[in-house]
Amino acid sequence: MDEKYIKHRYAPIIPSKDEWPVVKLARERKEFVKKVADLAEARVLGLTGKNPEIIKEELETTLYREKLRIKQNPWAVDPDDENSFWSEVKSSLLQINTDLSLDKSKRFQAYQKVLHRITSRYAEEIASNFKASHYKFTRSVVTYGFSRLLNAARVKGIKSIFSNQYTLQDKIQITGQTDQIRDLATKGTIVMVPTHFSNLDSILIGWIISVLGMPPFIYGAGLNLFNISIFAYFMNALGAYKVDRRKKNLMYLETLKTYSKEAIQFGCHSLFFPGGTRSRSGMIESRLKLGLLSTAIEAQRANFQNGFNDGSGKIFIVPVTINYHFVLEAPSLIREHLSITGQERYYKENDEFSTSYKISKFLLKFFTKGSDISVSIGRAMDVLGNYVDQDGKSLDKRGRQIETRDYFISDGKITVDQQREEEYTHMLGKRIVEEFHKINRVFSSHLVAFVAFESIKAKNNKLDIFDLIRLPEEDISIPYEEFKTACQLVMDRVLVLKSQGMIDIAPHMKRSMDEIITHGIDNVGMYHAKRPLIRDKQGDIVTEDMSLLYFYHNRLHGYGLEKLF
Amino acid sequence: MDMALRNSSKTKRIGVVGVGSFGTAIANMLAEKNEVMVYARKEEVVEEINTVHRTSGREIHPTIRATFSPEELCKSCNILFFMIPSAAFLEVVRNFGPFLYPYHLIIHGTKGLALNLGKGESLDTVQKLKRSQILTMSEVILQETVAVRFGCLAGPNISKELSVGFPAATVIASKYNEVILEGQRLLRSEKFQVYGNSDIIGVELSGVLKNIIAIAAGALAGLGLGENAKGLLVSRGMVEMVHLSKALGGSVQSVMGLAGIGDLVTTCNSVDSRNFTVGFRLAKGESLDQILASMDEVAEGINTIRVMDAFIKTVGIRAPITENLHRVLFEDLAIEDALQFLMKYPFSVDVDFV
Repeated sequence: MDEKYIKHRYAPIIPSKDEWPVVKLARERKEFVKKVADLAEARVLGLTGKNPEIIKEELETTLYREKLRIKQNPWAVDPDDENSFWSEVKSSLLQINTDLSLDKSKRFQAYQKVLHRITSRYAEEIASNFKASHYKFTRSVVTYGFSRLLNAARVKGIKSIFSNQYTLQDKIQITGQTDQIRDLATKGTIVMVPTHFSNLDSILIGWIISVLGMPPFIYGAGLNLFNISIFAYFMNALGAYKVDRRKKNLMYLETLKTYSKEAIQFGCHSLFFPGGTRSRSGMIESRLKLGLLSTAIEAQRANFQNGFNDGSGKIFIVPVTINYHFVLEAPSLIREHLSITGQERYYKENDEFSTSYKISKFLLKFFTKGSDISVSIGRAMDVLGNYVDQDGKSLDKRGRQIETRDYFISDGKITVDQQREEEYTHMLGKRIVEEFHKINRVFSSHLVAFVAFESIKAKNNKLDIFDLIRLPEEDISIPYEEFKTACQLVMDRVLVLKSQGMIDIAPHMKRSMDEIITHGIDNVGMYHAKRPLIRDKQGDIVTEDMSLLYFYHNRLHGYGLEKLF
Repeated sequence: MDMALRNSSKTKRIGVVGVGSFGTAIANMLAEKNEVMVYARKEEVVEEINTVHRTSGREIHPTIRATFSPEELCKSCNILFFMIPSAAFLEVVRNFGPFLYPYHLIIHGTKGLALNLGKGESLDTVQKLKRSQILTMSEVILQETVAVRFGCLAGPNISKELSVGFPAATVIASKYNEVILEGQRLLRSEKFQVYGNSDIIGVELSGVLKNIIAIAAGALAGLGLGENAKGLLVSRGMVEMVHLSKALGGSVQSVMGLAGIGDLVTTCNSVDSRNFTVGFRLAKGESLDQILASMDEVAEGINTIRVMDAFIKTVGIRAPITENLHRVLFEDLAIEDALQFLMKYPFSVDVDFV
């Protein structure tokens, strides 16, 4: 068609597996875990000002919360000795508290010992179990298995299962700055930050990274995914370390951040989903979780402090958007979004990815019907959000070369200033969101969902979102011609935005408007039991599920397109 | 290496851009404790400062060196104070842009707003004025340079009083603690107190919006309406500043502080202030054109009223003092009628924002 996707597999940038940073890290796992535990301990001590009373309070809070978690929210993946470990912590604390013979410094040491046990346990728990052999196996299973399925589905006939007419890369289109990311991966350390809509994303990205010939990236995967055996295997094979969102205590968070920071400094390319979890609303993430992002900035400063000024210690932030016509989890995600209504609160993981069976069923559907995915790789930036050139040099808005190091300098020296780095993290977060919007690719399905929802909203302008999605579906119908006019209006605006570099479009958007609408309606949320959009016998546009329509519509939120209605 | 040379701190001076009355006062205060370099656009002014240590009748501390090269100033200094009138701010910042690097710290003392419009557009041609089209001075720095660690300086700081050493205080606002701490380290003395605030937009807006109220204060004085009226104005002016500042992204607290109320009270009582003078002469029956013709520098409040009036009409909020001053200045409303209108305006609630 109009656009060439990357169809070939790239040569690996580091042919020898032993040289992969993630393999080196796996080899030194034991020392690395110890280092993380020690540094995390030091950080907690620093944050508590080495005051035994404050440390005691933190330890007791952690103990209380962990006990509560074990009792109220146990997971299959939790280790068996959790109860005994925390009971031991409890009795140690009791002993220190009641031992009156201890003076202040002795008590401090005793608390420190308990703290050390906890950070060591957390560090061990977080650390990945990467094995190169598993990685290789997984990669070939994914690629081979997927392409068999794909060919069976698209090429007719009994021999089709062995056909090579279609490869995975016909299904999953990779566009954008692929050469730059490969180049930079040999020069410094990459931190990839993709949008997150589906649990499939991590496997998808893992596969993309391997197609691009890059060594595996490490990334923090929600521990809940390790509950499912298929996922646990894949995750481990892809270099995932574990993030347990149930644990919000200071010690855990500091250990996690230390792990991420040290791994980046070690030279491991990393992957963060900066939205934290999957986007519940279907909107592109606009408020990022800054915790892990801040570790990229810290690691960059530490590399400069350690004298890496030649570019080898440079960290590159690469935004990536993943575009779907269909998100399997959409119904439960949007339900959650609507019930939470903006407030973060505890939730139970319970969705379409809950069993291996459901996942297999989805994969089969995915490959046997034609719903494409595109992945756009954005331009690389330094940790302050400045674009970098082919050699990894930072450029300011006017294309002048600047040193990232200068951002950490005060009075001629590199200084550690936590408050400054917090601000930098905010700035970086903002820049990533900006880039997400720029490289986001509009699909026909996004357009039709957006136009349909906004038209309905405009006709019921007195209703808020909650009343809107409760409108009886059978009362909603948009005449085709009216719908088409509105689509054209939005499309024209999208093209203006594209000419300004503010958004991107998929090649199928260059067809005629009738074709785009047909393509969009055929594809939007195509495997849901209740379809967000269909055409009735008169050819008018109707919906079977308003909240799903809202979900898919949200993909074009944040461009000011609502004002056209 | 190049980098080592650029950043070696031993030889660095503190930079001050602009040698108007406020710039000179700040440069002289800085020179008490540090080596200072000032930038002036005109070569003869630089010459004058370097040889006889004075300019425009103002004494300049003898250790202060002057330059007319933005490049030299940026190379010689890690910390720069931009002390220039708002009308020239954008241009000067653009001239400095190519020589500024991320290691520079910038503190500005300019009270005004700039517009971020497309090519060929002006306030007269645009139908609407959105928040994104209005820039505070720190937003100008962010847009035009690569510096990110910047702050502003605002408060009741009449240059004349500062130069004779009367006690005073100022606020340095920045998102970065290190900018505030540097500012305090450099400026604090037994006669000068320096407060910190992290709400830079709110502090900048306080300094900008109070100019509107200062024009109104001048008008009240010109009409000879007494002290009750002034108390009324200061209080209602503050409420209006709070609402406008909030609409533009500032916090209520900053308006309550030194840069808001503090500066408002000083400016409303200062007969020397340009903004006050504009109001005073309006009340005496002069037209805006007559007043402008006889002033060598534009009173910032006039520009602020135009910008804010366009903004409040765009977003649909009410700001009676600003709206009525706009009608007096640009729509030929008699000042007595504006006053009548304000007295009848239904302010039913005294304070509705705390």
